[in-house]
Amino acid sequence: MKRIATAVAAVMLLSACGGDPLTGDGKNEPAPTDTIVVGSANFPESRLLSEIYAEALSAKGVKVSKKPNIGNRELYFKGVQDGSIDLIPEYTGVLLKHVNKEAPEVGADEVYAALQKALPKGLIVLDKSAAEDKDAVVVTKQIAAQYSLKSIDDLVPYCKDLSFGGPPEFQNRPDGLPGLKAKYNCEFKEFKALDVGGPLTVAGLKDNTVQAADLFTTDAAIKANEFVVLEDPKNVFAAQNVLPLINEKKASQQVRDTLNAISKKLDTKTLLELNEKLSSPDKPEPEKVAKEWLASAGI
Amino acid sequence: MTWIFENWERFWEVTAVHLRLSVVPVLIGFVLAVPLGWWASRSQTARAVLFPFANVLFTIPSIALIVITPVLIGVKILDEINVIVPLTVYTVALMIRSVADALSAVPGNVIAAANAMGYRPLRRFLTVDFPLALPVTIAGLRVATVSNISMVSVGALVGLGGYGQLFTEGYQTDYTGKVLAGLIGTVVLAVLADGLLLLIGRLLTPWARAGR
Amino acid sequence: MFGWLFDPAHWSGTTGIPVRLLEHLGYTLLTLLIAALIAIPLGAFVGHTGKGGFVIVGLSNALRALPTTAVLILVVLWAGLGDFPVYVALVLLAIPPIMAGTYAGVRAVDPVTVDAARGVGMRESGVLLQVEIPNALPLIYGGFRGAALQVVATATIAAYTGAGGLGRLVFDGLALQDFGQMLAGAVLVALLAVLVDLGFAGLQRLTVSPGLRPVGTGGKR
Repeated sequence: MKRIATAVAAVMLLSACGGDPLTGDGKNEPAPTDTIVVGSANFPESRLLSEIYAEALSAKGVKVSKKPNIGNRELYFKGVQDGSIDLIPEYTGVLLKHVNKEAPEVGADEVYAALQKALPKGLIVLDKSAAEDKDAVVVTKQIAAQYSLKSIDDLVPYCKDLSFGGPPEFQNRPDGLPGLKAKYNCEFKEFKALDVGGPLTVAGLKDNTVQAADLFTTDAAIKANEFVVLEDPKNVFAAQNVLPLINEKKASQQVRDTLNAISKKLDTKTLLELNEKLSSPDKPEPEKVAKEWLASAGI
Repeated sequence: MTWIFENWERFWEVTAVHLRLSVVPVLIGFVLAVPLGWWASRSQTARAVLFPFANVLFTIPSIALIVITPVLIGVKILDEINVIVPLTVYTVALMIRSVADALSAVPGNVIAAANAMGYRPLRRFLTVDFPLALPVTIAGLRVATVSNISMVSVGALVGLGGYGQLFTEGYQTDYTGKVLAGLIGTVVLAVLADGLLLLIGRLLTPWARAGR
Repeated sequence: MFGWLFDPAHWSGTTGIPVRLLEHLGYTLLTLLIAALIAIPLGAFVGHTGKGGFVIVGLSNALRALPTTAVLILVVLWAGLGDFPVYVALVLLAIPPIMAGTYAGVRAVDPVTVDAARGVGMRESGVLLQVEIPNALPLIYGGFRGAALQVVATATIAAYTGAGGLGRLVFDGLALQDFGQMLAGAVLVALLAVLVDLGFAGLQRLTVSPGLRPVGTGGKR
């Protein structure tokens, strides 16, 4: 019996230790000021860019910790605000629309300037890169031929007959369905909630579950499947330059210099190539692709 | 499988997170469920309140509970508490019943004997009732542990989730190997944890085997 | 907090709550049917012959540990989108409790009863179908209703790969950070679980011999 009592006591003791994280596990407390927590959104390009930032910083001796695949902007932006993460790759246009729904700017420089003013206190963006990755309305080659589509304007007469696929948040974002309706008067027959420019959306287009969809212009799947990106003459989708969003307190001169050096080297062509590499058959880890690129770019 | 060997470091990292996120709720849940289960084993009222409540908790899908918890408890979005709390809730809901059933099944004559020997209630609970209830309690604990290990992955939806991260990434990049790595990891962890509890149960209750 | 749930606009159209409820119920019922067709014969056969019981128990435990998300994603990656992957993942989830319940139920039938059935000249198939299974029904239902609760809750995951059901509310609510919508999804799934369980409880009353009705809880231990 004595042995049992000891064992029971041990279980209790163990449990007490287990309870610890509720009161304060080191992992959950704000990271020490010298560590930069790098987050990413829930799609591969964001993951890759966050690895590029993290690897470059850690090569310069900055302590980093990674929080990959958090979710979409609606979710992770809260994390940037509450200090759960310090740094995350962003896109100028969508980020601007997130902090200011009504923002009218569309050109790259205007968007960037407006963004710097619109961000909440304590958050800043560093230099923007030349790399652009926009949301875009994309259709298959067959659909483009069938309705002779080149731009969203050509699509307008058929919107009411077509199903559209995109991430669930596309229904509410100003640079989503509401924007398409306001600027083009295009309202689709049906919206199917798929994913963020991922396998669901691509599959949905391919099997004609949806006839048009929201994909990213740098998505390797567009080229691979001969999808057609429709032009956007009325600029529902504003300029989208890749840039780092960072907590001002963590943006030391060294951090700024490192991240700005990355933005200087990054252009749309590079981004396309990196995405293609990520989706190549041997499926390299984003961390590896990031390191290779950093080495080749001399950062 | 090759993914695991080529990415040891990452695999261990997510394994550690996965283990922490599933074991901590089991431990906390167990500690909470013992007094509640004890209460339910003694009082009809407690039974009438706790059991239906536990059943309702159990019908809430883990996906929904994990997604809702961060909003409800209002801590930082990437805090592990966001996954630990819902899984603890499930553990408690499951364990209350096991503990109550186990304590109710302790033979009355044994209790009467202990009382007659002058055991005080707390000492009797710790040295007689609870040890005798251990086999059934541990059976419940095994179910809770295995289902927690399998559920943690859902946390990936809110940026946590151990192996769940591998599922999301594998899905996004159409990479079966990565999903399989997480799946194998989950099953191996579950089998190991289950075996460990089985062993602990046998060591703690030698009489249960001797009696056969 | 419950504003979303009671907004009439969310109760109509092709993406309205009734449609999602029906989709969810559809996934649940078809899954349970398929799982029962697989698990009951297997569990009954093993229970009847007494051979391979450890395989059933081991298999059930291993299947229980399978993360449904991973199964769903794997089948989507192999077979493409649609409802098929959803059913594979959910059926794998539903099999263990039904199989374990059936096995335990058949094993637990009083050997005297079984001998008596053989004694009056019943064939083995008759023993199984007319004696063992009817006597095992309470435990079979136990496993089945456990499976039903799990399937209703887990069918939420169908929305992860773009399919329908009440999970849409949870996933869309998450993506939009619309708390009311997530909550509506959770509440409706829980309600549906209760209703489905009540339905099967009714079916159990209708189909189980009254002589077996008071299911002794823990009495057999």
